[in-house]
Amino acid sequence: MNEVFSQTYEIRGNDFQNAGKVSTDIKTLLKQLGIRPEIIRKVAIACYEAEMNIVMYAKIGTMRMDIDTEKIKITVSDQGPGIADIELAMTEGYSTATQEMREMGFGAGMGLPNIKKNSDEFKIESTLGIGTKLEITIFIN
Amino acid sequence: MLLSEIAKILSCEIFSCRENLDCEIQYGCASDLMSDVLAFSQPGAVLLTGLVNPQTIHTAYISEIKAIVFVRGKKPQEDVTELAESKSIPLLSTNYSMYEACGLLYKAGLESTMEYIPPNSSKKSFNSSS
Ligand SMILES: Nc1ncnc2c1ncn2[C@@H]1O[C@H](COP(=O)(O)OP(=O)(O)OP(=O)(O)O)[C@@H](O)[C@H]1O
Ligand SMILES: [Mg+2]
Repeated sequence: MNEVFSQTYEIRGNDFQNAGKVSTDIKTLLKQLGIRPEIIRKVAIACYEAEMNIVMYAKIGTMRMDIDTEKIKITVSDQGPGIADIELAMTEGYSTATQEMREMGFGAGMGLPNIKKNSDEFKIESTLGIGTKLEITIFIN
Repeated sequence: MLLSEIAKILSCEIFSCRENLDCEIQYGCASDLMSDVLAFSQPGAVLLTGLVNPQTIHTAYISEIKAIVFVRGKKPQEDVTELAESKSIPLLSTNYSMYEACGLLYKAGLESTMEYIPPNSSKKSFNSSS
């Protein structure tokens, strides 16, 4: 595992003003690094859905990206309410988004399923009252 | 279909990246749900939406949507236009409703970005695939 690049970003809950900034920055960075467009799109979609979930549901979180010669790994951890029933949260269409979030175009209940779909490896852990952690791995080749 | 043709068919007003109007658009996609766009769109689509906020632009940039058409006369504010300009995404506005705008583009031959899955098809929604 030759580490070639690593960066951590902070994401604040309820900060709709800046929501999406981290993921769009990541996408721009991956383009500069010359990663293949299909890979960039998968990473960017997974990051954006994860970022929006922190903004919508958690207090604060971090997104860490580690790139080596084989893969891009995204680790997203937040401090927040956690998820009581992960299987339910992973179900397409399940959402607890508020009316306000829905008016902004979120709350389809597609975020987590879509993160999983775009990942080659996906892990989710959550502790009620503490927070949620996602590990997303996307292979480069 | 060229974006300039779409602009003509829908009598669009243009708010950003005028210089990109000659780009080729492969698919059409219509939704007010950003996660649906992220889940089902393919690169190279035009997005028709009634949702005019920065998240619409982020969603387009993330999912390689080539241009956005706001329906029913909705117009982007300056912050949204600036964001789109910085990401090189053309923003257009039409007075047609979502239904009519989609119908007109479909009639003109623009393909859908989302694959139709017939009822009782063995093909399931993507969630169960892996
Ligand atoms: N980081 C998180 N902390 C607490 N709860 C979460 C978190 N992420 C997701 N959830 C819960 O899981 C549900 C499903 O999340 P998912 O991202 O799939 O859909 P959504 O955010 O509701 O809608 P969409 O992503 O389509 O806009 C959420 O409605 C929320 O209840
Ligand atoms: Mg979500």
